[in-house]
Amino acid sequence: MAGKINAIAHPRLSLNILSTADVHKIHTATLDVIESVGVRFPSRKALDILEAHGATVDRNTLVARIPGRVIEEALKKAPPIYTLAARDPSQDLPLDGQHVFLGTDGCCIEVIDAFTGEKRRTTKQDSADCARIADALEEVGFWWSMVSAQDQPPESRSLHELEAAWRNTTKHLQTESIVTEPEMQAAIEMAAALTGGKDELRKRPILSIMQCTTSPLGHDGGSLEAGLLAAEVGLPVGYMTMASCAFSGPVTLAGNLVVGNAEVISALALMQLAHPGAPVYYAAAQTAMDLRTGGYTGGGPEDFLFGAATNVLADFYNVPLSMGAFATGAKEPDWQAAVDNAFSSFMASLTGSDMLLGCGLLHGSRILSYEMMVMDCEIYSIVRKTLEGIVINADTLALDVIRSVGPGGNFLKHKHTRQHMRELWQPRLMDRRPYGQWEEKRDGARDWARARAQDILKNHQPDPLDPKLGAELLRIIASVEG
Amino acid sequence: MSADLFESMKQSVIDGDEERSAELAQQALAQGIDPLVAINAGFVLGINHVGEQFGVGEMFLPDLMLAAEAMKAAVAVLEPEMKRRGTQREVLGRVVLGTVKGDIHEIGKNLVAMMLSASGFEVHDLGVDVPFQKFAEKAREVKADIVGVSALLTTTMTGQKTVIEVLDDMGLRPQVKVIVGGAPVTRSWAQEIGADGYSEDAMGAVALAKKLVGK
Ligand code: B12
Repeated sequence: MAGKINAIAHPRLSLNILSTADVHKIHTATLDVIESVGVRFPSRKALDILEAHGATVDRNTLVARIPGRVIEEALKKAPPIYTLAARDPSQDLPLDGQHVFLGTDGCCIEVIDAFTGEKRRTTKQDSADCARIADALEEVGFWWSMVSAQDQPPESRSLHELEAAWRNTTKHLQTESIVTEPEMQAAIEMAAALTGGKDELRKRPILSIMQCTTSPLGHDGGSLEAGLLAAEVGLPVGYMTMASCAFSGPVTLAGNLVVGNAEVISALALMQLAHPGAPVYYAAAQTAMDLRTGGYTGGGPEDFLFGAATNVLADFYNVPLSMGAFATGAKEPDWQAAVDNAFSSFMASLTGSDMLLGCGLLHGSRILSYEMMVMDCEIYSIVRKTLEGIVINADTLALDVIRSVGPGGNFLKHKHTRQHMRELWQPRLMDRRPYGQWEEKRDGARDWARARAQDILKNHQPDPLDPKLGAELLRIIASVEG
Repeated sequence: MSADLFESMKQSVIDGDEERSAELAQQALAQGIDPLVAINAGFVLGINHVGEQFGVGEMFLPDLMLAAEAMKAAVAVLEPEMKRRGTQREVLGRVVLGTVKGDIHEIGKNLVAMMLSASGFEVHDLGVDVPFQKFAEKAREVKADIVGVSALLTTTMTGQKTVIEVLDDMGLRPQVKVIVGGAPVTRSWAQEIGADGYSEDAMGAVALAKKLVGK
């Protein structure tokens, strides 16, 4: 069984990254772009809905020019607060602006085997394994479809990934890999089977959906139609922009924010026009293209700034945010990985991202490393502790204690010390041993992280799924494959 | 005088200034300079310079892009005269390139296209979400030496194999070489599906294409 989730709750630190005037400038520029340049919606369904609500639609280019007030009015219908339900209700995640929840990173292609250390293509068994690890790690709030189950048929792969996860964790699931209507329909049926019907699912969405936008200023038809289906039954849906400075967005950060913002809010507005009041969220993983390779960098100061700024935009639109953090470009769990992931998670948490994606992948979200997954959780736990800030009150000022110890004494055997010492952050992976002990063993964070993952894989027993329900999930998947 | 003109041509490409390069091409025509000479003694030197500087990390992708655009603008001006004289620029080979059906990732594919054409290949870019058949049809139409198939998704990379099969069915193999790439693609995958080559980046794609056409 999984334990309590260590959420970041009521953070006391904050960061001033965009002024109110800045946000207004970005918003005005965004509406200008959506209204005068337009956004590409390659889906007849989407275009019909937009046109019916006053957009000017070009059926050849599939570009919709949507009046700014239509966007603004639509966004007002989005609920500002809702809960991501978990199969185990004690693990529900309130997206209430007061919490930051860590998810796993997603859709990787290769895995570094937890036991052999060999790098190989991912399979459904890896989906199951990483879900079990996510179930056990208290830092992880929800499981984002982490690996691609490449041994399963392409048309049902995303569903196998969900089934494997539902068998291995009671936490909330989110998926990015459903980009067709038939798969979405099946995923909804699977989720409804678990909650006991669609009405119950609407009340307790145990699954949420992430879709990508297509920068610059476009969407994918399948992603739009799958998203509309999910919104119809009340599964929370988010659209993530990956606009990349100098390639799929302007080189300047402000311009890139405008392009990404236009993509995301145009999609969220579409969801509201079709299904007013459907829970939606803002999602982003913007970056700066690597000027030498054209690569998606996955780290660096621009990412960290985007991480913080995007949250201000999501707050402005009054919807939750899922922010792409972690996801280092490093090839190994090394110095670069730690620098990237520490800064990105810190900056995104400092501004209160509701969902923080995601732990565990290397090489720009392409390789699953269990060592990295456990180490990312340690980074998160540092961020979490830091955001608690410094509490000032009579007890914490400890005047009486200072008085009683006086000059030259020590605080070791003071009751006050024992009362509060467990509030100090405790490392699991930081090496604070004397030098000689290290020299003797020469082990460290990576070894301990690997050992922890191995231990979980060998010993952790998630709450089992009712076998009848398990069979039902497989039946639904088979119907898609049929 | 023409030494100055050639120097300005080179510089216009380095600056990525397509208006200037087109204007210099006009001047060359007005002065009766052979278009091929204008290209080889002027504009190409600019491309070479940018390529070298890119190689040592002093110039960046946008520099390359803009240089290629300036070069294109000049060539467009010179082309009618080349046709009239019955001369042609040497092309290293013809490449048909696209992102496979079901997949809309285009950044990497575009980079490969850009680098190949900057290096002297004639590139036919089919865009994204390209039906398997279309690769083969285009290859036949333009008598391609190479077909390049990009795939960024594990669900679409099998399409690379399908493209090879379609080329086979149409009897276009082995005169058409197939190269593959994209995030999930590995050397062993390329071997498994019988592709002729794989590269993990655009620079490598150029070296690979050159090797395959024997240049
Ligand atoms: C940017 C991006 C997007 C953008 C694409 C924008 C665009 N206009 O192209 C958007 C947001 C649209 C997108 C959409 C999706 N994406 Co995406 N995307 C990426 C990302 C972050 C970077 C890709 C990129 O542009 N890299 C930069 C270029 C320069 O590198 P490159 O593409 O690898 O190309 C180089 C080489 O591979 C090689 N090369 C490439 N092609 C070729 C061809 C030949 C012939 C040769 C020789 C060489 C070669 O040379 C190139 C230049 O150096 C990758 C992760 C990653 N780090 O790769 C995910 C990634 C590929 N995407 C992923 C996913 C899941 C999706 C979506 C399904 C998400 C969704 N639910 O909507 C959709 C797919 C939609 C579809 N039908 O295709 C997954 C794939 C996972 C999997 N198991 O297959 C990845 C790995 C990220 C992840 N882990 O989640 N994505």
